[in-house]
Amino acid sequence: MQALTNRAKAVDRKPLSLVEKLYVVNIAKGMMITLGHFFKKKATISYPEEKRPFSPVFRGLHILNRDEEGRERCTACGLCALACPAEAITMEAAERLPGEENLYREEKYAAKYEINMLRCIFCGLCEEACPKDAVYLSETFAPSNYQRKGFIYGKQDLLIPSPKENPGEYQKAIGNRKAN
Amino acid sequence: MHSALLAIDLFLVIEKLVLIIAIVSISLVIAMYETYAERKVAAFIQDRKGPNRAGPFGILQPLADGLKLFMKEEIIPNTSNRLLFILGPCLAMMAAMMTSAVIPWGGTLNVFGRPVTLQIADINIGILYVFGVVSMGVYGIMIGGWASNNKFSLMAALRGASQVISYELPMGLSLIALLMLTGSLKMSEIVAQQMDGWWNIIYQPLGFFIFLVCAFAECNRTPFDLPEAENELNFGYHQEYSSMKLGFYLFAEYINMFISSVVMATLFFGGYDVPFFNDAAHADWGNWLVALQGAVLLIKVCFFIFLFMWVRWTIPRFRYDQLMNLGWKGLIPLSLFNMVVTAAFVLWKSNGYKF
Repeated sequence: MQALTNRAKAVDRKPLSLVEKLYVVNIAKGMMITLGHFFKKKATISYPEEKRPFSPVFRGLHILNRDEEGRERCTACGLCALACPAEAITMEAAERLPGEENLYREEKYAAKYEINMLRCIFCGLCEEACPKDAVYLSETFAPSNYQRKGFIYGKQDLLIPSPKENPGEYQKAIGNRKAN
Repeated sequence: MHSALLAIDLFLVIEKLVLIIAIVSISLVIAMYETYAERKVAAFIQDRKGPNRAGPFGILQPLADGLKLFMKEEIIPNTSNRLLFILGPCLAMMAAMMTSAVIPWGGTLNVFGRPVTLQIADINIGILYVFGVVSMGVYGIMIGGWASNNKFSLMAALRGASQVISYELPMGLSLIALLMLTGSLKMSEIVAQQMDGWWNIIYQPLGFFIFLVCAFAECNRTPFDLPEAENELNFGYHQEYSSMKLGFYLFAEYINMFISSVVMATLFFGGYDVPFFNDAAHADWGNWLVALQGAVLLIKVCFFIFLFMWVRWTIPRFRYDQLMNLGWKGLIPLSLFNMVVTAAFVLWKSNGYKF
């Protein structure tokens, strides 16, 4: 019969040779191999103390960005919700009132902005869709939670700390990405 | 005179009681840390780190495991034979602990001017006693498997029983060859001979090898762990067991491993004899010498325990027919051959090396 691939190998059904029948030689060989592994460097990473670095293009939890004066960039245009294939994003828009110019960059802002992290597939299409560079995906992932409602992230969970009031936290959240 | 006899007896009773408690607790602690060592060795061989969270380097892990086993729900199946179901793990544990009675753990201690031999009972049929008690260990498996009223457990128990019985034969035959050389069944006598001369491993390498293989089989360790073959028998004879009764079975296995390591060290590797060192010439060291001897015995035992684990994480399990073939067609003829050759040599020697 024609073999399906050229990697096919006939099963060797030769009776064992005398040395193989004694088992001892082959067992000794095997034990030397395991002894070698005994002294090898371990592959384990002790997780909470030691973390594996993420790739710069890693797509993790979302962050709502602010501009350099600490104003929210999001204008609640809804393009991210439209782009989202998993329909994880919902938002409600509101109009900026006089005196709130230091909070929101444009006249319209998102009064409510929610992402359901159980639905999100972390594809990054919202980041690509955003015309205002307001949403991007960070290098962390959603921590575990006991309840479903814990996975619905509201605005206070997503917003980046203000660069004016809390520059240290802001730099940490930005990481090694280019700000703005 | 009567009261004097009574007084001496009282001291002896106290001495032996202290010895028994010490040896039992030492073997329990060693068995506990064997479980830890087993996990560490397994991890290291598989390029992992092993348990390292409970305490520094994870040394409290066995305590955590024990606590977990004690806290678990104890289930006795409805259809099981209640008495036998409880008797099984008890027997396994008891048989495992009893062997340590005849093993010489060191020389003679001097406690406030009173010589104390570090051996619970120096009976003149020491090896036969070990043999008898070890073969009693199979009752734990048999009774546990039978009382569970579960076909997998019963199959495992049958396998275990036939395996242990088959491998006892070559073990006994290899011991006969050794006993022809030593001329004594007394454990302390065998060690004393090795302290003066060479270790028995020099005279009996083949005998030791057969004994080692049989010890693996007797302890139900890989590659002979067929009674608890997870993938074909779901867990073997302790499938229905939970909580500390399961813990007793697992513990008995580790104690057995410890005891068989001690027996191997005693019979073939000079017992508590310190290598390249004349123990008799340093008798003035007193109790320190005895402590050193105990430590040396412990090091030898640790090596054997490591060997058990090393083999376990290297070799896959034998098929059942391979196991039986190896036992009956491989090891028994080999040990018979060893016995005949040894007998011929002993005869030749007693004849003054003349034919």
